[in-house]
Amino acid sequence: MQQLIYFFQKFKYFLFFLFLEFIALALTFNNLNFHKSKFVNSANAITGGFYTYTSNISEYRSLKPKNKILAEENTRLKNLLENNISIHFDKDSTLIDSIQYQQKFTFTTAKIINNNYAKEFNFLTINKGKNEGIKREMAVINSKGVIGITDNTSDGYARIQSILNKNSKINARLKHSNYFGTLGWDGKNYNIVQLSDLPRQTPLSIGDTIETGGKSTIFPEGILIGTISKINKGNSADNKVDVTLFNDMSNLGYVYVVKNFHKEEIKSLEAQNE
Amino acid sequence: MNKPLNMATLFIFLLFLQVFVLNNILFLDSINPYLYIAFVFLYPLKTNRISFLFYSFLLGLLVDFFSDSGGIHAFSILCIAYIRLFFVRIYFRKITADYAFFKLKSESFGKIFNYTVTLTVIHHLIYFSFVNFSFQNLSNVFLNTLFSSIFTLILYFLGTYIFTKSE
Repeated sequence: MQQLIYFFQKFKYFLFFLFLEFIALALTFNNLNFHKSKFVNSANAITGGFYTYTSNISEYRSLKPKNKILAEENTRLKNLLENNISIHFDKDSTLIDSIQYQQKFTFTTAKIINNNYAKEFNFLTINKGKNEGIKREMAVINSKGVIGITDNTSDGYARIQSILNKNSKINARLKHSNYFGTLGWDGKNYNIVQLSDLPRQTPLSIGDTIETGGKSTIFPEGILIGTISKINKGNSADNKVDVTLFNDMSNLGYVYVVKNFHKEEIKSLEAQNE
Repeated sequence: MNKPLNMATLFIFLLFLQVFVLNNILFLDSINPYLYIAFVFLYPLKTNRISFLFYSFLLGLLVDFFSDSGGIHAFSILCIAYIRLFFVRIYFRKITADYAFFKLKSESFGKIFNYTVTLTVIHHLIYFSFVNFSFQNLSNVFLNTLFSSIFTLILYFLGTYIFTKSE
């Protein structure tokens, strides 16, 4: 017993050091796993509050480009109305798309208060959370295309796993045909993501539009992503193409969180089949 | 001068400087200084190191909270906090009895330079290895370490030059 106490006395700093290092390591590993990251993230009241202050200040610098984007969106929506495609927003911001894809979803707007794009595992923080009905695994989009998937939520804030995160995998397809693949990111350029696992016979040409496919229970069908910018010729197993995003991920303001489009129903059905 | 209060101010100042200013620099799209490790250089040497290790860990963890990086900052700052004593012994040739009188300011610039460079490079190497989290792109890790270390050190020496009172 005395030996044991002596041992602890002698190595107490080292043991304390190991103990803290172990905590840090556990947090690191949990953070890399989408389903386990709970504790250390910027979606809690304190960090969220600070980020709201700073984003209120820095918002002024980007008012002009934001206005331009809004104006563009307005033009696009007006054009859609002109063309008499049956698309309209009712009181609860429900988008009913009865001609193109027969789907219905509600969404809520939120402001991005913290944006990362230069790391390999990027996250964003928005200023809405559980109080506004935002839960884990909801799609986040804006007028130009996909942004990411909600990850952790607190009462007033939510963290989003950006598509610029090496863990992100999104079902995507070509707009003009129904060939689909998986959209991921290699961690290098924040304007370019990679679409892989396309079938070999897919007709591809540079400039083709990529949009979300309907195979996911998170993203609605037909949300824009980007255009093909580079096609890898040759025999690679995963048949990758580079996709340039419509969104400038370094300059984001307001986003839409897509709340529900029969996700529960699809999930329960899938559970029944297992 | 009130030393614990000084350290608390330094802690909060470095934390906010790091998360609100330095994390947004992104020089050439990816290079950031990590100046919060100056806490490790400036914290006074004591025989009881438990509190020092704990504060360093806490600072790293708080930076992690703001930058969504799990526990990477906490891990790397704790590493250099633990091995700091070893380098103090090597570069400044101090023994346990000297700790209470040790002052970084009163040492010669060459020694301080060696000491800070070593700790900074070790911290950045650990940090970027964890950020990368694979054995691919190792060249990226080394380049990032090099550039960020230079950036951090320039800021640190400028900062000490500005804040030291000329006597």
